[in-house]
Order: sequence, then C-alpha cells, then structure tokens
Amino acid sequence: MSTEQPKIGVFICHCGSNIAGVIDIPTLVEYAATLPNVVVAEDYRYMCSDPGQDLIRERAREKDLNRVVVAACSPTLHEPTFRRVLGSIGLNPFFFDMSNIREHCSWVHTHEEEAALEKAKDLVKMAVARAAELEPLQEKEVDVKANVLVVGAGISGIQAALDIADAGFKVYLVEKEPSIGGHMAQLDKTFPTLDCSSCILTPKMSLIGQHPNIELLTYSEVREVEGYVGNFKVKVERKPRYVIEEKCTACDDCVEVCPVNVPDEFNAGLGWRKAIYIPFAQAVPNAHVIDTEHCLGMTPIACGKCKDACEAEAIDYEMKPEILELDIGAIIVATGFKLFNALRQLEYGYGKYPDVMTNLEMERMLSAAGPTEGKILRPSTMKKPKHIAYIQCVGSRNERYNSYCSRVCCMAALKQARQIREKYPDIKVTIFYIDMRAFGKGYEEFYETTAREYGVNFVRGRISEIRGSFESDRIVVRGEDTFLAQPVETEVDIVVLSCGIEAAKDQGELARIFGIQLSADGFFLEAHPKLRPVETNTDGIFIAGAAQGPKDIPDSVAQAKGAAASALSMVAAGRVKVQPYTAVVNEDLCAGCGICEASCPYGAVKVVDNIAQVTEAQCKGCGTCAAACPNEAIAPQHFTMDQIIAQLDALFKEAE
Amino acid sequence: MTNKSWEPKIVCFACRWCSYAGADMAGTSRIQYPPNARVIRVNCSGRVDPNFILRALKLNADGVLIAGCHFGDCHYVSGNYQTSRRVALLKEYLKEIGIEPERLRLEWISAAEGQKFAETMKAFVNEIKLLGPNPLANGGPE
Ligand SMILES: Cc1cc2nc3c(=O)[nH]c(=O)nc-3n(C[C@H](O)[C@H](O)[C@H](O)COP(=O)(O)OP(=O)(O)OC[C@H]3O[C@@H](n4cnc5c(N)ncnc54)[C@H](O)[C@@H]3O)c2cc1C
Ligand code: SF4
Ligand code: SF4
Ligand code: FES
Repeated sequence: MSTEQPKIGVFICHCGSNIAGVIDIPTLVEYAATLPNVVVAEDYRYMCSDPGQDLIRERAREKDLNRVVVAACSPTLHEPTFRRVLGSIGLNPFFFDMSNIREHCSWVHTHEEEAALEKAKDLVKMAVARAAELEPLQEKEVDVKANVLVVGAGISGIQAALDIADAGFKVYLVEKEPSIGGHMAQLDKTFPTLDCSSCILTPKMSLIGQHPNIELLTYSEVREVEGYVGNFKVKVERKPRYVIEEKCTACDDCVEVCPVNVPDEFNAGLGWRKAIYIPFAQAVPNAHVIDTEHCLGMTPIACGKCKDACEAEAIDYEMKPEILELDIGAIIVATGFKLFNALRQLEYGYGKYPDVMTNLEMERMLSAAGPTEGKILRPSTMKKPKHIAYIQCVGSRNERYNSYCSRVCCMAALKQARQIREKYPDIKVTIFYIDMRAFGKGYEEFYETTAREYGVNFVRGRISEIRGSFESDRIVVRGEDTFLAQPVETEVDIVVLSCGIEAAKDQGELARIFGIQLSADGFFLEAHPKLRPVETNTDGIFIAGAAQGPKDIPDSVAQAKGAAASALSMVAAGRVKVQPYTAVVNEDLCAGCGICEASCPYGAVKVVDNIAQVTEAQCKGCGTCAAACPNEAIAPQHFTMDQIIAQLDALFKEAE
Repeated sequence: MTNKSWEPKIVCFACRWCSYAGADMAGTSRIQYPPNARVIRVNCSGRVDPNFILRALKLNADGVLIAGCHFGDCHYVSGNYQTSRRVALLKEYLKEIGIEPERLRLEWISAAEGQKFAETMKAFVNEIKLLGPNPLANGGPE
C-alpha cells in the first residue's frame, strides 16, 4: 500500500430510476460517508454523464481526493469511463473502484427494497475497503502488428477483408472451404431488390483473389491462437487440395475422367459433382480440389485417372497438410451460420417425402446455374408442380429448437414466391406463417407488392401435419387457419421448409480457439448488445455477420464494415494500451519452490536462482499462480491478496 | 438451528469473463434472485486462493460460492481446472475442521447464463438455509 493516507470520495448514481427506484439513495449516501477513509459521499442522477463526471472532478480537487469509488452499474460498462475521469485530473486511473448496485442489486432485487439497500451498503463498504488498498499502476502500451486476420470468407469476411486491404493493411483471409463466397454464393436473387446474388458477389470475390494486400488461404482452418491484442500468434492449417492452385487452369479435364459421383453440397445436394471438383463456376480460387473422402485412392492402382488427364501437371498426390504461423495484430471472426437441419423437425416429413425441400434447396433450383437450370420441378417426378406451399419458422421461434427469430426466412420465402410466380404465373403459391416479419428498409413494401401484385396466398397458422395423399402422389398439408379459426387442409406438389439460421456446429470450438464467448443462442457474444456490437470481450478480436446472430446481407455487410473499422483503428494507431494486471513477486517471501511455475497456464513464471521471475509480456494476470503459492509471494497487480482480503474483512468483520 | 429471521450471508467469487458477466446478464434480463450474496470480481476463478475461502468461513460467512467459466472456456485456458482441484481438496479439509463442505460451492456459469446465475443463487441460499448458520459462529462446533 502506498504511504499516503487514503482520502476516498464515494459517488452514488441514481441511473434515473434504475437504481434510485429501488434503493434508498439518501440513506446509502449517509452510510457511505461514515465508512473509513471516506471524506465525501454524494449522489447524482447520472454519474456517467458529463455533469456527473464534472462533479467527481470538482470534489476530487476540493477535497484533495486520492481514491474514487463509484456505485452505479457494472464495471464492464463504465470502469473505463471513470478511470479516464481520474486520469483527466492527474490521479492514477487505477485508484478507482466500482460497486455494481444496478446489475447486481437494484435490477435483481427489485421488490426487496430493504434487502437491496443492505446489499448496496455492503457492496459500497467492500469497494471502499478495496480502494484503500489500491496501488497506482501504469497502463502499458504495446506495438500492434500492422495486419488483420479475417476468418471466414462469406460476404461478411469478404467485405471486412476488402475494407482493410483498401486502407493499405495486409489481410490474411482464412476460409475452410475450397472456395470463398459462403452462403451468398448459393443464393439466386437477393431481397429486397432482387439483384442477382452472383452479379453483386462475384466482383468482390475476384477482387479478393487479386488484391495485393490480401493473402487468401482457402481450404484452411485456424488451429491455435496465442498471445494478446496487437500480437497474436496464430497457427493456420492448410489442408492439402492435391491440386496446385497456381498451375490449375480449371480446364475440367480431370473432372471428365473421375469415375466417382458425389452429392453436390453447393447445390444443396440436388445435383452431383465428382471427387475432383470446383465447387461452382465463379469459385475463387478457380482451382480444383480432391475430396479424399470419396476419391478412390490417389494411386495408379486404385485410380489415378485425374493425374493422367491433367496436362498442366497441377495434380500432386503427395501434398501434405501445412501449418502456417502468423503474427497478427487484430482478428475478425466471420464464420457465418448453418441452416437448421430439417430432419430434426420430424412432423414436416423432410427426408421422407422427396417433394419436401428446404429454402436453400429451392434457392438452388431457382438459379439458372443450378441443377435444374432454373426450372421448378417436383424432385419426385421431375414434372412442373401446380401448387407450392411454404412453411415458415421451421426450427425457429419454437422452444423445442431455437426460440429466436431467424430474421431472413420470411423475406427469403417472399422473394422465392415472387420469383416462382414471375416465371410461372400458373403455379399457385401459399405461405403458411405465424406472422410475417418484414422489418428492413424497403421490406414491408416488398411484402405488400408480393401479396398484391404477384397473387401469393397467405395463411396464418402453424402446420401440424404433412403426409402423402391417399388418392394421388401429392402431399397433404394440414393445420389451422388462425385468422378464420378453422382447420385447413390442402394438397400441394412441393413443400418448401423455411429453415432457420443456426450457429455453426463447431461454434463452441471456435469460441475456445479465439478465447471469446457464446451467447445463449449459441452465436458469438458481443461485448455489449447495443454499444459494442462488433467487439468481443477479448481485446483485438472482433466479430461480424451471421456468426454473431441471424442476419441478412445488408446487416452482415454493415457489421463487417464496422468490424473492419474497429480493427483498422487499432492497427492504424500501431499501439494499444493493455491492462497492467501482470503478476509481481515479493522476493522476500518467495521460497523458490516453483509451485507457481507449475500452475501458470502460460509459462510466464520461472524460478531463476531460487526466486520466481515473471516474464511480463507473457503474463496475462489470471492469478492462478497467486492462488497456488504457499507463501503469498506472488500476485497479479490490482487483484492482490490485501485487496481481496480487504473486501472480505469489510463484508464479514462486525464493525467494532 | 435456524430461526425465521436469519438470512445466510454469502460471498461469491466470480471471474470477470464468464460468471461476473453472467451475473450482469441476470441483471439486464431483470431475473430476480435472493439478495444474500455479495460478489467479488476476480480475473479468473483460478485466482481464488484457498485462504480467501477459509478466511471468509472463519469470519462467519455462511456460504462461499465460486463461479467460473465452463471447462474449456476459461479465458486463461486452464485456470478453472486448477480451481476445481483446489475446491475438491478444500472440501475435504473443511470436513476435518467441522464445516459442512456444502458451504463451499463451485459452479460454471457462462456470460450468457444469467438464468443459471440466478438459479444457482436460489439453490445455494436454500441449501445454506437448511444447513443453518456457520458452525464456527458462536465459537465453533461443539
Ligand atoms: C435460403 C436463404 C435465402 C437467403 N436470401 C437472402 C436474400 O435474398 N437477401 C439477403 O440479404 N440475405 C439472404 N439470406 C441471408 C444470407 O445468406 C446471409 O445474410 C449471409 O450469407 C451471411 O453472410 P456471412 O458471411 O456472415 O456468413 P456465411 O455466408 O455463412 O459465410 C461464412 C463463411 O465462413 C466460412 N467458415 C465457417 N467456419 C469456418 C472456419 N472455422 N474457418 C474458416 N472459415 C469458416 C464458411 O465456409 C463461409 O464461407 C438468405 C439465407 C438463406 C438461408
Ligand atoms: S510458488 Fe510462491 S514461493 Fe514458490 S516459487 Fe512461486 S512465488 Fe516463489
Ligand atoms: S498471473 Fe501468474 S499464473 Fe497467471 S499468467 Fe501471470 S504468472 Fe502465469
Ligand atoms: S476466466 Fe473464468 S474461470 Fe478462468
């Protein structure tokens, strides 16, 4: 503890009525004023506002304060704000503590005013006790590597990569599939303007392929991320394509000789591809890849036909996985979504009836470059349907699957219905919905036009059953029309399931690799739902697109640009502040036993000449060593033994 | 022995990355839970020194809750594995010194699990109410 006598100011926030509506503020202020070392206690309506901050500054000057406690919201939100206030009047920003009397008190004990007041008193008492033990710390600045790693090359990753590269910084763009493009590459047209998806995506994809500042790593995955903001060490695995990208001329000679047929993922399983293939015509890079799972074996004995056929000598069966080690300044994770698996919602008969299909399959069917060349056909008969039914909210807004709204399926169904009616005015289209959600710019207008001018039928109600007709080869759809409050039953030829958007299967694994968190719905968690939507709680790692939650293209692009700007401001500044919570050893107490060394997850502490030594750059301040040390000889700054004990003692020791 | 007006006093150590944020999430979602616990924010559950727990119990805390990230999610990779080992050992020690090991509870609560934070609080407070006040109060167990 520094020698100076602590002079603590306590500032209590009403947060409008958020705190003051539950906690008796005058009593709390009065109580705070009686606590040890407190020289002033005051309250204000909004402590974080400019006048609130000025109040702290004024009192600090008047009363010569050397410590400040603010009792308000969560420190996650405003600790940085108040630290800046201290800094602005020449106080060390770490002479600050916050008690969380909103998230941890008034908001969760709303109807227990007395108990909430008692708790608030304790929380303030603990913060004041800790404040007296605080030590001045210097925030360190570290260099930021002048590049950005973008993970996932759907529209979000592509946009973020282009923005950063255009600003003059190097981008590594890692995509796990053999081509970039993501889901947008599979779409035919895009709502609400019905631009052709490829026409607006392909130019961006080729820019990626050609940009001097972008190093594109397709068929690659991030395996490990170490280090910290500005200085991440990233291991990327390049899976072997068995085709040398630079040599492949995309002539397709290999494809012609390959004897294996595999359901084509790009066409949502509606078509076929070979074991050596290019995912789609506009793929970037435009090079083949061998799918080893289905390849007969890359030897002349098993097959080896493609290698013989390739005149460019681009095929290399000896290719091995390769690990690249990159030093990275900032990271954007834009790994997108996965479509809800329609097999899970059994009552809709997907997988049982060939004419029950997903919205993504319909998207491919509508595409002129798709398996039916844009013709709408019943998969069972390959004949033109007379009536198509859409079922909305498959896997969404349903407690059994995902309770959230997937946000794009209503508009996607409207779009497809309109396209179908445009091409075939004689096909009837009926959309069964719970409620249509057309929330974006120009979306409601799109909905109205689709209903009015394109003659699409809308029936409000959940479908309870889908079964084969007893009389014909058609499908019977049954449910209830909740507007008319009567059952509906109708025969159709195709059922399209509006499958929702889900977090990727490996989302949890990705969160672990990047050290970021998931929200309850399984998508990545942003640092603040409103004010920090592209940041994560890990400095230097940003998120964008459908990986953060269901999103359409305009929203994905907007978020990608936001993430790019945030990453750019960090790498462009070239330096970033890091919190100085590293561990410090008290050499007088250290016995050199090495227990800390064994406990540190980062190898940041080593015993040298019988004394533990911490390598600052490696230490992350977790404090595991401190809890392990039998002699209390090592502790992370700002979370010292004395500081934590002070809180415990304040809480449990009866005032004498 | 418990009387009706007795309310257990609990201290909760929560790591800032997951569980403290989970408690914040309970707040932003306005999920109500009993007001018996006071949270101390630490960087990682791995920071929780057994001495903190013993000190709290010796100062008559009725319960100590340690909340950290789920296995695999610890912001510091493996801090929570060490926590889990330490807590297991400490529970054994508590038995020896005559404190019910249930007074020490370890839970993994993610930043998204506001509901779980609230439910943990409810369950823990109920459990401690059944156990009654800390036996070290009034001079320790007979
Ligand atoms: C049927 C349907 C129709 C739609 N129609 C429209 C429309 O008309 N208009 C509209 O605005 N929106 C539409 N959408 C929504 C649109 O598809 C999304 O908004 C958009 O694709 C989101 O882009 P993204 O880049 O965030 O994610 P994605 O498109 O999912 O791209 C993510 C990329 O990351 C890659 N990736 C995943 N994991 C990893 C990893 N671990 N490592 C490296 N790379 C990884 C993936 O391979 C992929 O390339 C539709 C969606 C569906 C399902
Ligand atoms: S555990 Fe403690 S005493 Fe042992 S070497 Fe580390 S700091 Fe020194
Ligand atoms: S605080 Fe201790 S255990 Fe944690 S990283 Fe630093 S030296 Fe290692
Ligand atoms: S950071 Fe949460 S337990 Fe380690």
